Amino acid sequence: MRRRMRRLSLSSVLLIAGLTGLALFMLIPIVYIFNHAFKPLDEMFLFPPRILVQEPTIVNFEKLFFATSGDVVPFTRYLFNSIIIAVITIFCVITVSSMAGYAIAKLRFGLKGLIMGLIYISLMFAAETVSIPRYLIISGLGINDTYFAHILPFLASPVAVFLMMAFIGQIPNDLIEAAKLDGASEVAIFNRIVMPLAAPAVATIAILTFQGVWGDVEASTLYVQDEALKNIAYYVQTLVSGAQNNVAGQGLMAAASLLMFLPNLIIFLVFQKRVMQTMLHSGVK
Amino acid sequence: MSQLKTVVHNRKPAPLLIRRLEKMLSNVWRDRVGYLFIAPFLICFAVFILLPVLMAGLLSVTSFNGFSFPTFIGFNNYISLVTQDFVFMKYALPNTFKFALLVGPGGYLLSFFFAWMITRLPKQVRDVYTLAFYTPSLAGGVALAVVWVAAFSGDKVGYVNSLLLRLGIIDSPQLWLANPKYLMTIMIIVSLWTSFSVGFLAMLAGLQTVNPELYEAGRIDGIKNSLQEVFYITVPSMKPQMLFSAVMTIVGTLKAGAISTQLTGAVITPSYAGHLFINHIDDYAFIRFELGYASSLCVVLLIISYAVMKLCYHLFAPKGDE
Repeated sequence: MRRRMRRLSLSSVLLIAGLTGLALFMLIPIVYIFNHAFKPLDEMFLFPPRILVQEPTIVNFEKLFFATSGDVVPFTRYLFNSIIIAVITIFCVITVSSMAGYAIAKLRFGLKGLIMGLIYISLMFAAETVSIPRYLIISGLGINDTYFAHILPFLASPVAVFLMMAFIGQIPNDLIEAAKLDGASEVAIFNRIVMPLAAPAVATIAILTFQGVWGDVEASTLYVQDEALKNIAYYVQTLVSGAQNNVAGQGLMAAASLLMFLPNLIIFLVFQKRVMQTMLHSGVK
Repeated sequence: MSQLKTVVHNRKPAPLLIRRLEKMLSNVWRDRVGYLFIAPFLICFAVFILLPVLMAGLLSVTSFNGFSFPTFIGFNNYISLVTQDFVFMKYALPNTFKFALLVGPGGYLLSFFFAWMITRLPKQVRDVYTLAFYTPSLAGGVALAVVWVAAFSGDKVGYVNSLLLRLGIIDSPQLWLANPKYLMTIMIIVSLWTSFSVGFLAMLAGLQTVNPELYEAGRIDGIKNSLQEVFYITVPSMKPQMLFSAVMTIVGTLKAGAISTQLTGAVITPSYAGHLFINHIDDYAFIRFELGYASSLCVVLLIISYAVMKLCYHLFAPKGDE
């Protein structure tokens, strides 16, 4: 142990110093988001510009929550939409993907090979490439201008199924067999044995789904025309694209982008350990 | 069920097709639990992934404006894509190529490099560094667009302008995002910044699974430096994670195309400087409403990304003995 410490000391000091510098550099945008949101208006246009805030204030958040209440659609409505959509989507994705993951990993059925092949191929699927047919399907189903247009497209998540499948795959079969011998039904096995053991993978797909759905602008731009049903990501994007010639909007934009980022960060911090545990089984074999 | 079978056997043997169908149905019935568990996903998958891909294929051989019924025009869309689409050949394709090459493999190598460095750190501090590298991608496109727009803003209050002015590198503020000379470079830098995503986490996890005894064995077998160690031991032992990460990188690069719109606020960037494949699709689909033509572009993009994925599978496929 001691020999190891001494051998690593010089190189590891250099390594830590270098990585710390790089990490700090990577974090500049994040530091900026945090500081900018608390700047009073005059500090935002200070010359030379500063990243760090001098006299923090919450006036931007006040404006965001109260001053926009007179608008056609207040900020709180976008926030509410995003939260509702995220909660329902995460719940449904977990249900759908873990059921599929369990079926592929542990149950026997004829089309398994074909379905696994499809999942492997569609891991690289990016919804952006087929936005036109998706638009046609969503209007064909008659769900545009509803929350479903936000939620349903996310339920087909090959990555989530893949991660669940890989994680459930390493749950020992003996456990499941033993439960079967005790007379447990498939549903009971799934609910009482598989799901608790797969908790890290569930947390991981919850985070990934949250990131996707919280930052999604596609549904709000293409599928939903009703302004009152669009989400916060869309709102922030409209603020950004109108930012160059809108001085007053700067504060709103800064505050809104912090509110967009914070939930992502908090959720990841809470679940970081479990995500890494899941990723151990993420290999494509 | 058994009753049904005996009835069938007592009669003359049914035609082959019926017997096959029956066998299939009885298999489905036997595996019903499996099918029930997979059904919700399969339905969503069929409706939102499989069907759109097939529809894109069908629409790509039609002329369709979104209102009247599509008319079949054969391979004309593909022919005009190759022969007549000046903007595609001159801007979209070379831009995409450059962007994808730097952001895809570039981001992938950087991810591996940093993941590798992080695993050399003492265990207690690893999580902190992981978080630092992962956070930008966590913030995601829209929240970060706010930062980039402010950083590269064209007046002297912009962060980059102010910094470079003070250092004396430029003598007047540059219109970073409106200048075709810089836009592409900025798009690439910004995309690389957020390229440490799920794939990066998978690599970090993969690096932890490498059996330390292999390194000892490697040293005995004459591996001299860290670079050899990475090539002969680390990468081969974490191939599955490398592959997963590669696939995630492809998706990430495909999605990253939206960055030009977020930076400039328009689908068409100044003199097509940041015009990528995805922007070209959006242009034809949602501005010109030539949905048939846009679909043929989608099909080409899907085929290209599929080919790239196949290449990755080929590169990282486990060799015989595994």
